[in-house]
Amino acid sequence: MLYLTCPNCGRRSVEEFRYGEIPTVPDELTDPDERDVDRGFMRSNLFGPTTERWFHDFGCRRWFTVTRDTSTDEVL
Amino acid sequence: MNEFIEQKVKLRWPERLASGYEVVVLGGGGHGLATAYYLATRHGITNVGVIERSYIGSGNSGRNTTVIRANYGVPEAVRFYQRSLELYQGLEDATGRWIMHKEKGLLWIAHTEMGLRAERARAALNQAYGAETQFIEPEEIKAICPQIDLAGGGRYPVLGASYHPRGATARHDRVVWSLAEGAMRSGVEVHQQTAVTGLVLEGDRAVGVKTTRGPVRADVVVMALGGQVSTVASMAGLRLPIRSHPLQAFVTNHYQMGLDAIVASTELLFYASQTARGEILIGAEIDRQPSYSYRSTFGFLSACAGRALMLLPFLADLRVLRQWTGICDMTPDFSPVMGPTGIDGLLVSTGWGTWGFKAIPAGGEAMAHLIATGEVPELIAPFGLDRFARDLPLSDRGSAGTQ
Repeated sequence: MLYLTCPNCGRRSVEEFRYGEIPTVPDELTDPDERDVDRGFMRSNLFGPTTERWFHDFGCRRWFTVTRDTSTDEVL
Repeated sequence: MNEFIEQKVKLRWPERLASGYEVVVLGGGGHGLATAYYLATRHGITNVGVIERSYIGSGNSGRNTTVIRANYGVPEAVRFYQRSLELYQGLEDATGRWIMHKEKGLLWIAHTEMGLRAERARAALNQAYGAETQFIEPEEIKAICPQIDLAGGGRYPVLGASYHPRGATARHDRVVWSLAEGAMRSGVEVHQQTAVTGLVLEGDRAVGVKTTRGPVRADVVVMALGGQVSTVASMAGLRLPIRSHPLQAFVTNHYQMGLDAIVASTELLFYASQTARGEILIGAEIDRQPSYSYRSTFGFLSACAGRALMLLPFLADLRVLRQWTGICDMTPDFSPVMGPTGIDGLLVSTGWGTWGFKAIPAGGEAMAHLIATGEVPELIAPFGLDRFARDLPLSDRGSAGTQ
């Protein structure tokens, strides 16, 4: 992945950004302790399209949402 | 052992997939093949099928930087990697194949007061738990590796280092081939070009796998998959503490032999060694975002090369020959995950992040022991998947790629 398009600053090198994950705990987990362990440690680690947050560290310093295919690094 | 008459490895590929095996190992990389090898040679379990999506060693076993060391940062890890280091020393005799194992000594350089404390602590902890590591001063560093610029390019002065004389390298493909050959000789079947499409569960028990070449039944299924382990585990509804990050590395053109030691620096985020062909092999950090993409980037290459030049200025005369990417399965505590999954008959060996190659023999030996006896060996008991729920993670700052 070489570039990301920031909604404020436009197309910039990915080196300027910081990655931010959106933790997803499955609804099937109902026990509060199990939910905590899942939120703290477990990851979906999807192969394919994922929705994630990015922070423009060396730019406007705002968070925005990106949908990216992790198998190819293409922004969708 | 270092004198061998070169022979072609005798790999016997089975024609067709059997309808069932006692043990099915998913993943024909170092860890999967080592598990099969030790099952067959130590425990007499030869009804084993290894299933590999592409060709053996095509994943991270063929993409790593081949360093073997035991100077880790927590007692459990030092013991485990020390066992692996010892098994590597005997692997040529055990398999009868030259894996180009070479003890080089590993220098872990400190450039700041903080780094000095970390390296002193590493040396003390390693000595306490049976790995040979000592703290050394800059003059001794210069004697071991004359190519190092002690001024660190003016920005990263060399203040000291922890020296791990048993640090070694081995040829990664040869490790994979020798283990595969040893396993096949005992009757293990290795199936290439066979992808897993599903895990078959009966109640709470794993009883087999679905593949692109038909279903296979199994008493025990071992997931030794690098890169795709989360995808396969999710087929059984299992969630793992894994995020997959790319890690890039590169080699320069051939250079006269002379960089005898392996040089690593946490603060400069790179490590370098010289391969048997004379190429200087340089690896670094994981990329920050999780991804399965094998694409290499110029941004990494220029940044990493710039840092390596500060410590090893002779590299400025060399050119980049090749660059590649592997996919590292990173755990939250930078330690591997080995053992039961909570589903009967389904075992996992994953989370091999940036420390998988050096753990191949010990990981395979321990997993084979677990399969054969049903008991988790003491050596890997602390690395269970349940350690996160039990609040006993093994936060290892001695791993590469943990900054």
